[in-house]
Amino acid sequence: MHKAYETVIGLEVHVELATKTKIFCGCSTEFGGAPNTHTCPVCTGMPGSLPVLNKDVVNKAIAVGLATNCTITQNCKFDRKNYFYPDNPQNYQISQLYYPICRDGKVEIEVNGEKKWIGIHEIHMEEDAGKLVHDACTDGSLVDYNRSGVPLIEIVSEPDMRSAEEVMAYLDKLRTTIQYLGASDCKLNEGSMRADVNLSVREIGAMEYGTRTEMKNLNSFKAIARAIENERERQIALLESGQEVVQETRRWDDTKEYSYAMRSKEDAQDYRYFPDPDLVPIIISDEWLEDIRAKQPEFREEKKARYQKDFGLPEYDADILTGTKKLADIFEETIALDANPKKVSNWLMVETMRLLKENEMEPEDIRFSAKNLAKLIQLTDSQAINSTVAKEVFEKIFAEDIDPDKYVEEKGLKTVNDEGALRATVEQVIAENPQSVEDYRNGKEKAIGFLVGQTMKAMKGKANPGMVNQILKELL
Amino acid sequence: MDLSLTAVELGKKIKNKEISVVEAVTAYLDSMDAKEKDINAFITIDREGALKRAEKVQKLIDEGTLTGPLAGVPVAIKDNMCVDGMLTTCSSKILGNFKPTYTATAVEKLEAAGAIIVGKTNMDEFAMGSTTETSYYGATKNPWDLSRVPGGSSGGSAAAVSAEEVPYALGSDTGGSIRQPAGFCGVTGIKPTYGRVSRYGLIAYGSSLDQIGPLAKDVTDCATVLEVICGKDDKDSTSVEELGADFTSALVDDVKGMKIGIPKDYFGEGLDPEVKEAVMTAAKTLEAKGAILEEFDLSLVEYAIPAYYIIASAEASSNLERFDGVKYGYRTEQFRDLHNMYKKTRSEGFGAEVKRRIMLGSFVLSSGYYDAYYMKALRTKAMIKKAFDRAFEKYDVILGPVAPTTALKLGESLNDPIKMYLGDIYTVSVNLAGIPGISLPCGYDSKGLPIGLQLLGKHFDEKSIIRAAFSFEQTRPYKRPEYAVERGQKHA
Repeated sequence: MHKAYETVIGLEVHVELATKTKIFCGCSTEFGGAPNTHTCPVCTGMPGSLPVLNKDVVNKAIAVGLATNCTITQNCKFDRKNYFYPDNPQNYQISQLYYPICRDGKVEIEVNGEKKWIGIHEIHMEEDAGKLVHDACTDGSLVDYNRSGVPLIEIVSEPDMRSAEEVMAYLDKLRTTIQYLGASDCKLNEGSMRADVNLSVREIGAMEYGTRTEMKNLNSFKAIARAIENERERQIALLESGQEVVQETRRWDDTKEYSYAMRSKEDAQDYRYFPDPDLVPIIISDEWLEDIRAKQPEFREEKKARYQKDFGLPEYDADILTGTKKLADIFEETIALDANPKKVSNWLMVETMRLLKENEMEPEDIRFSAKNLAKLIQLTDSQAINSTVAKEVFEKIFAEDIDPDKYVEEKGLKTVNDEGALRATVEQVIAENPQSVEDYRNGKEKAIGFLVGQTMKAMKGKANPGMVNQILKELL
Repeated sequence: MDLSLTAVELGKKIKNKEISVVEAVTAYLDSMDAKEKDINAFITIDREGALKRAEKVQKLIDEGTLTGPLAGVPVAIKDNMCVDGMLTTCSSKILGNFKPTYTATAVEKLEAAGAIIVGKTNMDEFAMGSTTETSYYGATKNPWDLSRVPGGSSGGSAAAVSAEEVPYALGSDTGGSIRQPAGFCGVTGIKPTYGRVSRYGLIAYGSSLDQIGPLAKDVTDCATVLEVICGKDDKDSTSVEELGADFTSALVDDVKGMKIGIPKDYFGEGLDPEVKEAVMTAAKTLEAKGAILEEFDLSLVEYAIPAYYIIASAEASSNLERFDGVKYGYRTEQFRDLHNMYKKTRSEGFGAEVKRRIMLGSFVLSSGYYDAYYMKALRTKAMIKKAFDRAFEKYDVILGPVAPTTALKLGESLNDPIKMYLGDIYTVSVNLAGIPGISLPCGYDSKGLPIGLQLLGKHFDEKSIIRAAFSFEQTRPYKRPEYAVERGQKHA
């Protein structure tokens, strides 16, 4: 008989900071690029090269720390984490162990209407490693150092989460907060946000934590949820069968939906951390902190409340629109162009969401401009196009960010409001569909819908539907 | 051409068109050709590049673009400083084929001042050693006695200057690596304040201790070179812009009223009596010129060597991790897998002394030992710095020997690392404290070997030690080793 277990989860979240240049040199952080083109002697670990800290990394780390209610370490340092691997050109990673930049923070999450605080143990800055690529030609490995030296922060939570839902809510909270700060785009699939899950189980009511495992290679929210469920079950099964959970690092295989042990605690490396003598301590003055505090943006919760209050949006809509910075930005940019907030919200909530889903895209992938959405709304407001045409045009805007004014003009999509032309077409439709006319006259009200449809079809969708209806009723 | 000219003297003659740059460079290249089989001060000699550059520099001098005191003067660079396109080995097999694509900032500054790099000098492998015997490319010999070591680790630079293969050279000093070989070879060398000269392009040994500095025939040359290479560098966050960098203004023969402290702890057991006498005589000479001498207890001297070897080795163990056979340098020929490649490459590529320090450094940083060794060493370092700060509240300059003995026989200390480490007793604390030190000849022992005098100053006060050294130097002219005199004559 199963005992009742509680899952205890803590997260280590790596976030790539959206700085223009790398953390310790002037190379570009741009994603992609031919291998080893965004490199220099510093980020390839050449002998004699020295790291010089990019101040913008500190600014962004502080901003995230303040947004997550952390204490900022005003005298912080970098340490070297020593380990040999070819993606790590110096064979040590510059990171922070002894004096991380942020400590003792917390964020509030909400799951099923219940609010809860999740503690943040620390946030530290570090450099990313390069990427190993298998070369099929030589059966060897090649290394690309473009990513080497891209700035990261690692956000280490307290073991305060008890379910996959709480983990999702926590990650979502971190993601929107960091996106709002402009500190990162936080894309799990592109690796700009990565999470390792530390999980243990214990009998409900137990005081001590159980032995935990660390799960790596989680590339989507769904994978994280699946891995948590799977690991919880695995650990419970071990305990139920009288075995012990081994403290180890495991790797999640999301296609096979199972995890395997990478290394146990005994194999854990001694990283021989020590303060990096090439970098001087970072002294963060009160003025520096205040300057960043003063520049903090409006965060999601405030924005959501404002949308409801100022624009009269329902809570659900305000929640979706503020769910990603990208959607909130488009919303605000569009209404800044004098578009009606409710109509803008409607386009974003309905058509945009539909197209994102169909194209398996995230809101961050949206490429259309507020300007063209505003123009589209203007076209419908002035009844220059009808709603069917508007949807068609929006698809083009969504895909290619076309200018709707030009597009409608070129394609001749303007609504026909010319009564003479409409009347002629309606007369023709009536003549061609005697059965439907008969049905309508015999009281089948629905038959008129068919006739309207036929008229619209004959006019290639451009007819003013209100006028068509009116003329039909008149002629019948 | 007279090879005994100092760098500044040669620079003047070039400026006055008495000697052409090509002539000067050729004379030194020929000097190297004649002496290298005896001395082995160089790992790389760039005859072709130097002559080409000599012509270019001559043009810039003629145009009036280059007017500085070092324009057209040849220089040798210790082989742990990167020079674009030039082999840079650190005297190690593991970097036997390494040609950097960038130049160390200090070297770049010399080049901008019109210096002609004629070659790269031999050193202890990765600057680990005090004899230049740990070089993979063979030991350098002391021009004063070819059966003796030139000191180290900048032994190649010191010997090259002493043997008149170059007028001056750059060295680096982590625990005495400029001052001790300068002392052994009878030349002058400055270890500047930590942060005074950019470390960019210097292949790191102990990053928190390493400093680049000049080795030359006299104090004037050293001050002139230091003035060119110093300054804040955007590529080195530990470099600083400080006032008091007009070093040549301190070339003044006047020590009246200068307070000179003599640490009693530097004259105790282990110090060769002949060295002691020469150094005390030097002190008296300065006193006679108006300086005020006072003996004092510096304290903590016995802790300097353990603290130094722990900190330097810890940093070195990490700094040298990048030499792994993956990206550049030596890679073992046959290996089973990645781990095996690392292991074999590093086992074959590093020499015994380097391995010893990597192991020592890895040990003191490992978990469970970090606090007991590394942290304790850092605390000791802070205390040593405080002890010097206290002393400098009373004194302008601290005076003492550079090393306990004069140059040792080749092979004498190689098999006894502890003995070699103990030889660093008067130099390592200077690096731990980060203060500047100068080493200059102050006499000769009964074997005719030069004895070095060391003068120490407070942070960023190189000018006081330059002034004291210059004043002392006026009392005894530069002495050339017989070897240079004979070879110089033969060559002429």
